[in-house]
Amino acid sequence: MLASVEWGALSVFIVIGGLVTVTGIVAARWRRAKLDNLEEWGLAGRRFGTVVTWFLVGGDLYTAYTFVAVPALVFGKGGIGLFAIPYTIVVYPIVLLTMPRLWQVARNRGYVTGSDFVRDRFDSRFLALMVALTGIVATMPYIALQMYGIEVVLAQMGVPVDASLWVAFAILAVFTYVSGLRAPALLALVKDAIIWVTVLVCVIYIPIRLGGYGTIFRKLPAGTATLPGTSSAAYASLFFGSALALFLYPHALTGVFSAQSQKVVKRNAALLPAYSFLLGLIALLGFMAIVAGVKPSAKFGGNVAVPALIDKMFPSGFAGFAFAAIAVGALVPASVMSIAAANLFSRNVWRDFIRRHAEPREEALVSRVVSLLVKVGALVFILYLPTTDVINFQLAGGVWILQTLPAVLFSLYTRWLNRWAVLAGWAVGMGWGTYMLAKIHFAGSAYDLGGLGSHWTWYIGLYAVLANVVVVAVGTALAYLLGWRPRTTIAEAEYEEQLTSRPPTEPLDLDPQTAEGV
Amino acid sequence: MSTRRRWPLVFLLLPFVALLYPPWYAHVSPTLWGIPFFVWYQFLWVILGAACTGLTYLLRE
Repeated sequence: MLASVEWGALSVFIVIGGLVTVTGIVAARWRRAKLDNLEEWGLAGRRFGTVVTWFLVGGDLYTAYTFVAVPALVFGKGGIGLFAIPYTIVVYPIVLLTMPRLWQVARNRGYVTGSDFVRDRFDSRFLALMVALTGIVATMPYIALQMYGIEVVLAQMGVPVDASLWVAFAILAVFTYVSGLRAPALLALVKDAIIWVTVLVCVIYIPIRLGGYGTIFRKLPAGTATLPGTSSAAYASLFFGSALALFLYPHALTGVFSAQSQKVVKRNAALLPAYSFLLGLIALLGFMAIVAGVKPSAKFGGNVAVPALIDKMFPSGFAGFAFAAIAVGALVPASVMSIAAANLFSRNVWRDFIRRHAEPREEALVSRVVSLLVKVGALVFILYLPTTDVINFQLAGGVWILQTLPAVLFSLYTRWLNRWAVLAGWAVGMGWGTYMLAKIHFAGSAYDLGGLGSHWTWYIGLYAVLANVVVVAVGTALAYLLGWRPRTTIAEAEYEEQLTSRPPTEPLDLDPQTAEGV
Repeated sequence: MSTRRRWPLVFLLLPFVALLYPPWYAHVSPTLWGIPFFVWYQFLWVILGAACTGLTYLLRE
């Protein structure tokens, strides 16, 4: 078996792996602080400036799984795979409208998770618990898929996969435990350097080998690089629904909350689309793989499109570099995700329900331990469950997390939401969403509602959240008739401006401009 | 703050208008350097979308 190992690729891969390990552990010393409280370990003290936030959130949202799965979808299904482009375009107007406000209230009130906000806003630990559990359950398979991304490239290099995955896991576990959010933030710099180089080389060199972009698109089977009219509704509802869901994910909120100021969040709403461009370029690799004659593998199907294409086009050493880019690209989000899920547990389960007077020190310890457990769970998932189950689970996770939209984002702008109505809406959305997924046997994400045809074949998550919102509206109206009145639980000023109750933090950034203070 | 200008928020609607109805852009021609319209139009909107959020931010600060 070792005869098929690509030694050139593997040695480059191992060198970068070593670099990553050292960087991750040294990150603990970056603007040294006591890491035994949750805001320092789990949010790096809310001190990231514009540049670090850009790297961190970019590294966090545009994951290795995305880099494998999006071109795989293009490779297998053609134009519909490009939904990732409009998805990551329309998400930023939503970010600009909601995240600065959420960041500010989190900063003023010391929230570490989105559920912390829900608890205060609705004065309901129970609703916060449901939102937290939804977040944890949606994050688990997502972490597992990052491991899957690493598995695909390891297999491509011909190394024993299970053992190597345990090594990757150990690296991830150690640096996350030791350094908290500082580790993925610093690693995101390393990741980006190698991933941008890889992608730029790919999108310039491969088309030259294949005869240019014009030739590539001409050689594709007719209709591959566009969208059939019957897929329009599914396409639009999928990218819109996914965009609504993205910043409800715990790891996205962790990235946002670790920013140093509202201004940092706003600037990033304009700067992060650079990654969308990168993702679009990566998606095009799926078309190139078709033209280059890449074949799906028995074990990984179309997910081998990019690794196999790289292997086919480049010398072994550069292939190793590119594979390392994917692997590091998996470690960064996996780390943030495990931190985010762990924070949800320590804040909204442990402190709210088990030990009400847990000290910051205890919270941080619980988070550290849970972050380990979450990752072991994810690894067991990917090693011992059929991969299709994990992918289905992640698909469902997207539908589920979207059901927290009224609780987390609508509630930023209106007092008119009754907590029981929000809870009922969540339950309806979860139930109906899961039912639709089960009914089509997780074979896709679109559902033909009542057999009405392609115009009404929409993304399941969007249908579910529409039902959710209707229940919330009707429920709130009903509550009003029964005598409930909206009340202010959080003063408007807390969403808008810096209150002086908490000392300003020292910036943790690379750019001198924001480091001088905002 | 509530005194912030509201009209720049209109810019945030543009990407939705441009993209939410795929039949407008889901075709091959006009191609650009051999790249189908469906592909380059969406890439173009990555840049225009960033301009929309950036402009909104600048006009409201």
